[in-house]
Amino acid sequence: MSVFKRDKKEEEDSGGNPYQNLDKTIVLQEARYFNQSPVNPRKCSLILTKILYLLNQGEKFTTQEATEAFFATTKLFQSKDVMLRRMVYLCIKELSTLAQDVIIVTSSLTKDMTGKEDLYRAAAIRALCSITDSTMLQAIERYMKQAIVDKNPAVSSAALVSALHLSSTAPDLVRRWANEAQEAIASDNAMVSYHALGVVAGSRRNDKLSTVKLVTRLARSPLKSPYALCLLIRLAAQLVEDDDSDASQPYIEFIECCLRHKSEMVIYEAAHAIVNLRKTARDLAPAVSVLQLFCGSSKASLRLAGARTLARLTAKHPTAVAACAVDLENLISDPNRSVATLAVTTLLATGAESSVDRLMKQISSFVSEISDEFKIVVVRAIRRLCTKFPRKHQSLAAFLAGMLRDEGGLEYKAAIADAIIALVEENPDAKETGLAHLCEFIEDCEHTALAVRILHLLGREGPKSRQPSRYIRFIYNRVILESGPVRAAAVSAVAQFGAQRPELLPNIRVLLARCQLDDEDEVRDRAIYYSAILDTGDAQLINDYIVNVPKPNPVLLEKALRDHLATRPDDIFDIKAVPTEEEPKENKEAVVEIEVRKPVLQSLEEMYAEQLSKIPGIERLGPVFKTNMPIDLTEAETEYRVRLVKHVFGRHVILQFECVNTLSDQLLEDVHVRLECPPEYEVKTELPCQKLAYDKPGSVFVVVEYPSAFLDSLGTFGATLEFIVRDCDPTTGVPDPGEGYADSYPLEEFDMGCSDQIRARAASDDWEQTWERSSNAPQASDTFVLSQNEVNDAAKAVCEHLGLPKSAIVGEAVKEIRGGGIFRGGAPVLVRARLVSSAAGVTMQLAARSPREDVAQLLLAAVG
Amino acid sequence: MGGLFSYFRGLLGAREMRILILGLDGAGKTTILYKLQVGEVVTTIPTIGFNVEQVTYKNLKFQVWDLGGQTSIRPYWRCYYGNTDAIIYVVDSADRDRIGISKDELVHMLREEELANAILVVLANKQDMAGCLTVAEVHQALGLDALRDRTFQIFKTSAVRGEGLDQAMDWLSNALQARK
Repeated sequence: MSVFKRDKKEEEDSGGNPYQNLDKTIVLQEARYFNQSPVNPRKCSLILTKILYLLNQGEKFTTQEATEAFFATTKLFQSKDVMLRRMVYLCIKELSTLAQDVIIVTSSLTKDMTGKEDLYRAAAIRALCSITDSTMLQAIERYMKQAIVDKNPAVSSAALVSALHLSSTAPDLVRRWANEAQEAIASDNAMVSYHALGVVAGSRRNDKLSTVKLVTRLARSPLKSPYALCLLIRLAAQLVEDDDSDASQPYIEFIECCLRHKSEMVIYEAAHAIVNLRKTARDLAPAVSVLQLFCGSSKASLRLAGARTLARLTAKHPTAVAACAVDLENLISDPNRSVATLAVTTLLATGAESSVDRLMKQISSFVSEISDEFKIVVVRAIRRLCTKFPRKHQSLAAFLAGMLRDEGGLEYKAAIADAIIALVEENPDAKETGLAHLCEFIEDCEHTALAVRILHLLGREGPKSRQPSRYIRFIYNRVILESGPVRAAAVSAVAQFGAQRPELLPNIRVLLARCQLDDEDEVRDRAIYYSAILDTGDAQLINDYIVNVPKPNPVLLEKALRDHLATRPDDIFDIKAVPTEEEPKENKEAVVEIEVRKPVLQSLEEMYAEQLSKIPGIERLGPVFKTNMPIDLTEAETEYRVRLVKHVFGRHVILQFECVNTLSDQLLEDVHVRLECPPEYEVKTELPCQKLAYDKPGSVFVVVEYPSAFLDSLGTFGATLEFIVRDCDPTTGVPDPGEGYADSYPLEEFDMGCSDQIRARAASDDWEQTWERSSNAPQASDTFVLSQNEVNDAAKAVCEHLGLPKSAIVGEAVKEIRGGGIFRGGAPVLVRARLVSSAAGVTMQLAARSPREDVAQLLLAAVG
Repeated sequence: MGGLFSYFRGLLGAREMRILILGLDGAGKTTILYKLQVGEVVTTIPTIGFNVEQVTYKNLKFQVWDLGGQTSIRPYWRCYYGNTDAIIYVVDSADRDRIGISKDELVHMLREEELANAILVVLANKQDMAGCLTVAEVHQALGLDALRDRTFQIFKTSAVRGEGLDQAMDWLSNALQARK
């Protein structure tokens, strides 16, 4: 570490980077010098370095520029200077993707790779493979095969690694080199053996059986190369992951055996593989004790590996890690801050409440010295602590606020803000302090996105606090001091106060009036909008348009608007028809996540939107109201697998049958679905799947119109898959000549229920008021006796029927389900169910209110 | 005295002569290059791109570029025309069918501005093959009579037997030195 620091200093002292201010045109001008003869190797090397530097800095070369520089570079082959030639190879590799006609150096490189000069050979292979496309590969195949089994390890490695790169573009060709690669696995050189195994395993990636053979064979004859062994462990672990049966037992044994290897790298890889196995190995203890030993190692890298892997393990097996507490304690004062951070956060996650204060003190002693990445790890750990030990909120919040004041990037600041926001949302006691910290933060926040989020939160939570007026000052300060987007967010936040706290309304009106003079359009628009609504004094209007505004999914909203403009621009657009933002799914996060991963969150509607857009006439159905989770209509291990997705529209439903043909010797043609609909349903159109090849999914779409009365929409559908079978060659998929024969395949029945047609959500905080406000709407209510014995089970079953999330269940002794939603067509509905256990089972009183009485009745019918 | 003078001139003007070997594919260019360089006939494969070697002939150093003759590679010849002192144009004397194409390529090449001062040596190669064109026939087929303002000479050669190359190189060396 100290050495590293010194280096950095020296770098700063010297005059800086000599290549810093290179100009592309000047460098390209200089490259013409390559055409001179004789060649001056030093001067040319320098120019090549400049070109490489520019390319690596991300400078864009046009095709013409790159091609000119490339051809100039080829002139340098006349020089016998070894260093220059190696620079030429590097430049060829970099330019190979940018320039045209790069094959011009094929002969020269082939000669160098087979020549006597060992210094040329490996580099020439790498350059050659980078200029060769799949059509030219055959020309060099013979040389590549020879190079793979070459005595010189550098040459062999270069050929193997190049083969790996090529296998992404020409997998079939590279597979033909597998025999040579097999031979190279036995090489005495550790690197060659490793690379060879990589090529062999890569060529079998899609062939599980031969991977099994490979791993089994190599596991029996231990590899000498530790690198190759590590790769073998990974392959074995993958096989264990893919196979749930006991057949994977030998692989686990092999991995456990590697724990006793003499190389630390192999030991670590084995331990890492064991603790990461999805299905728990019989015994974690040996792996954990290896990691424990690593924690006490004198090498920082081993300590980091040990601490990091243990940190990961905390999520799955806290008890296993608890045994290492002593070792981790020792690491808290580790000179390597990354190791210390991991140790502390792991201890925080596994430790008791009593140790929290002590550990927090430890962290604060070095938090300023660690990188943002690890600071985020600390923040996440603290965030989890807030949930785990709510009573500690004061010290934790203070700590987070302290971190918020430090310097840091957006991601780090966002993580802290997230933690505080979570604290505010989860812990009512912490709300006031948390909000105060956030207020202080936005006073001096350079990140617009973050400021906007916090303002939104203040608008939501502030009005409910004891002293709402104190937040208004902070918010209004933003209006005076910040940029447009922040000002607009502040206006929205201020309006929330006006809507929810009548006593503040006069002041808010004055503030909004001032905002109407703003320079920014958006700020003015919002101020006018909120003023107008607040001025009406209509509680319902204020609630619907300021406080509880439905938030449509932006992607689907855009699509719906576009469809609307394309088909019926003169009608009024109904925003209720657009699915709302989905409740964030519960994140399953490991305790310490170091790699930053950004999962792409996509709603079902977005996923299917493209497929649906192919159905002719779909735009006439209006926007998708809701896409339901797919359900299986066949058993898992059948000849044809069919999944059903119900896309619900205002008055129609599109049934999408996703079919997979699992028979490699059959090609299905003209696949369609024969439906037996409940009465009143009407099949409008069907879009059959023309061709269903082996293992390539295809979909059949059936557009069905709902019965005109909502109450008739509940029912059961029968379905049969009908198709024409043509036998085909299993390897090529080419069908045999002649006609196929018709066949059918029965599918399981499926229901159209209430939950399919409703976009439901759990009740919001102000449930009582919402329920009261709806008292003049038609209500349907009834009492049911449910078959379940347990109130909890009954409540869950009812939620499932109505499509409500589990969070809709509240109450302890008397379970109450509170929720609401929008029925297809746009009718809002509220549901309240009270459940008590009785002698006969569970008694439930269910009430539904909706402006459309038939919708309310439908909900009751769905449960009954 | 004259010998001494030429000795010094040799020292001072030690610039390598730059020579291109051109011609249709399969004419024997690569074989000639390595026959000149190492004195042996090596097995060759079609050249995709170029070979460049330093050849020493009678104490004179040449930098010889052998460019591939396949149709797809001929367009790139022009990338290597700059600073060329001499061109060795190789013709397969046994390939009667394509002698016309060979002529077109030659005429096309000689029109290039960059090669205006280059000396031309035409090698009527593969004279060992039965039924090949004679030197005179090649001379006529290539239309060399029409050449003006160009130092050139035609030789009959057989690269595999090593015949005729020495005469050609002798003539070329003298012509290059005479031009200085």
